[in-house]
Amino acid sequence: MCGLAGVVCAGGVGPDLPQRLNKMIATLHHRGPDSTGFYHGDRAGLAHARLSIIDLEGGAQPVHNRDGSVQVVFNGEIFNYIELRQELVAQGHRFYTHSDTEVIVQLYERYGDQFVHHLNGQFAIALWDENKGKLILCRDRVGIAPLYYSEANGKLIFGSEIKSLLPELGHKPTINLNALDQLMTFWAPLSPNTLFQGIYEIPPGYMATYDLNGFKLTRYWDWQFPTHRDYQGGSDSELAEQLHELLIDATRIRLRSDVPVGAYLSGGLDSSVLVALIHHHSNARLRTFSIGFDSKSHDESDYQRLMIDQVGAEHSAITCSEQDIAENFYNTIWHTEAPILRTAPVPMRLLSGLVRSQNYKVVLTGEGSDEVLGGYDIFKEAKIRQFWARKPDSSFRPALLKKLYPYLDISPGRAQQYLKSFFGSDLDQPDLPYFSHTPRWTTTAKCKDFFSASVKSALSANPIELLEQSLPRDITQWHAFNRAQYIEAKTLMAGYLLNSQGDRMLMSNSVEGRFPFLDHRVIEFANKLPPKFKMKALNEKYLLKKSMAKYLPDEIVARHKQPYRAPDIPAFFAEQTPPYVEELLSESAIRANDLFDAKRVSLLLKKIRLGRAIGYKDNMALVGILSTQIWHKQFLG
Amino acid sequence: MPTREKLKNYILENYLFTDDQSALNDSDSFMEQGIIDSTGIMEVVFFLEEEFDIQVQDEEMIPENLDSIDNLVAFVEKRQAS
Repeated sequence: MCGLAGVVCAGGVGPDLPQRLNKMIATLHHRGPDSTGFYHGDRAGLAHARLSIIDLEGGAQPVHNRDGSVQVVFNGEIFNYIELRQELVAQGHRFYTHSDTEVIVQLYERYGDQFVHHLNGQFAIALWDENKGKLILCRDRVGIAPLYYSEANGKLIFGSEIKSLLPELGHKPTINLNALDQLMTFWAPLSPNTLFQGIYEIPPGYMATYDLNGFKLTRYWDWQFPTHRDYQGGSDSELAEQLHELLIDATRIRLRSDVPVGAYLSGGLDSSVLVALIHHHSNARLRTFSIGFDSKSHDESDYQRLMIDQVGAEHSAITCSEQDIAENFYNTIWHTEAPILRTAPVPMRLLSGLVRSQNYKVVLTGEGSDEVLGGYDIFKEAKIRQFWARKPDSSFRPALLKKLYPYLDISPGRAQQYLKSFFGSDLDQPDLPYFSHTPRWTTTAKCKDFFSASVKSALSANPIELLEQSLPRDITQWHAFNRAQYIEAKTLMAGYLLNSQGDRMLMSNSVEGRFPFLDHRVIEFANKLPPKFKMKALNEKYLLKKSMAKYLPDEIVARHKQPYRAPDIPAFFAEQTPPYVEELLSESAIRANDLFDAKRVSLLLKKIRLGRAIGYKDNMALVGILSTQIWHKQFLG
Repeated sequence: MPTREKLKNYILENYLFTDDQSALNDSDSFMEQGIIDSTGIMEVVFFLEEEFDIQVQDEEMIPENLDSIDNLVAFVEKRQAS
């Protein structure tokens, strides 16, 4: 991955463009420390910070067409560039580099705006067509590579991270309170919103054009599911074999690189699958990286060791302590550019730091498997709730939740009425498109009880209603399991997992992540599968296990999925509280920003210090409030 | 401090994060108001056992005993009397 930034103004970008572009791209040095490149035109300027991975000698950007009228800067990878290049050469195109970027230029010359349909990859692209006076911004299908823009007074500015837009904004940034409301419901603002007023993301799967006709966003791809149960036919064995072949190819093309490629290994099924695929189907030298935790309940190192021993990888691991989280949390928010509700991104940043310290800058990683192939507990929870909704008076049906949340077995919450209270929301409306997610959103939204009176009065839109308006028209005709997958992919995955916890944590240390499970061919294949092949009864990722079990230790296939978690409240309060936490959560600091109610925050802190805060809600509220205060200081202060 | 006051202050401070007594009626259901989640119930039981020196039995962990200030007060008083 790399960083890009730019400015387009039909009335002329101004004579000081080079200095301004320099300022913008300087903010993205961490994304592309190897070199910078610029295009200075009358109406457009492009800047690029390069992390050299493919065509180390000739891949500098911008890349242009023969007469220089089409200029491209691009962040990411086009994994099928070799095949595309061969096709274009056969059609008479001539190339001056060996890079994947030039393939974009030539595809645009051949297919116009439709070029994006040919790409298999992760990308944020800015393409300037001087002859047409047109800028194209587009982003990969699922949201791996970030891309932001802001338009005002006939000028469009854009960049890989929001911080690159700020020098060109022309005013002090302000907070988008409705986006904060959305973040404290879904864990991320609803696309295209960001926490910054007037700054938006190009949504995953969208292309934007900007010319004399103005700014226009067009969706070119979306997650689609069968509407009338017309699933892919075939036995589970046949479909498992097809999935296997697809995953081999998705992994194979993601090993294309002119620098060595490593892999994350968490000890879970997904990263173990990738490590096994690399081991069995490529000549690449296996190099793996993992993180473990001091706290035993968060640690997976025993499972990591099983896999390492099986494939004989050269492995590096670090251990993350609560103190590491406390010490690195502040700077992590500079990279997420948004508040977070869990500390989980911090260890991911330490892990990418480990990768970089070993002179690796590319890793394969298993994100996306749970969304694509049906792994999350929220899918199981929704399945049990759907089952329960058919017979709401049953005491047996909700008791299945105890299989999912073993703590319920020893909790007072196991009583029938409590289960109904905690998990029974919308039982009377099981066909709601977002039925699967209402318990999670209700819990998360408790963070908003801490909003100040002025924030509460300023909020103007119900986040769930807004989300509902953005859903596909035919979603109610999809299977309930597929509805849950869609909501998960569009909210938590794109907005948080691939962003705050993904790209941002990788690129903060100049490391590129590659995601074979998010190859669009894998997604499109999986979306046609009968839901029973994703989750058989309550056995998650059934088809993935069937297709890959032969490569994996039995313990990894059989283990109960462990959600990736890191210590939250204990990181800041178990021993010494870092001075920045004391300062930013002080009554005066809370009152000064007026985003949260100072009295409530002080009572939360009192509860924490008495050791009484043990639930999800208190953990999320603390991390959410602290990260919002940090974000405010770093970007608006 | 009287039992009722102690219980109400605990719930207000630890779940509603306020000292405004009008924020919760003594008969309000914690479940219906969305005040307490599954781990919250556990915290309440810890509090009862530590603060009032009682042992809450498994079969007693039901809304009739734990789901409002009134119910909590009645439960604690009944257990202390027995």
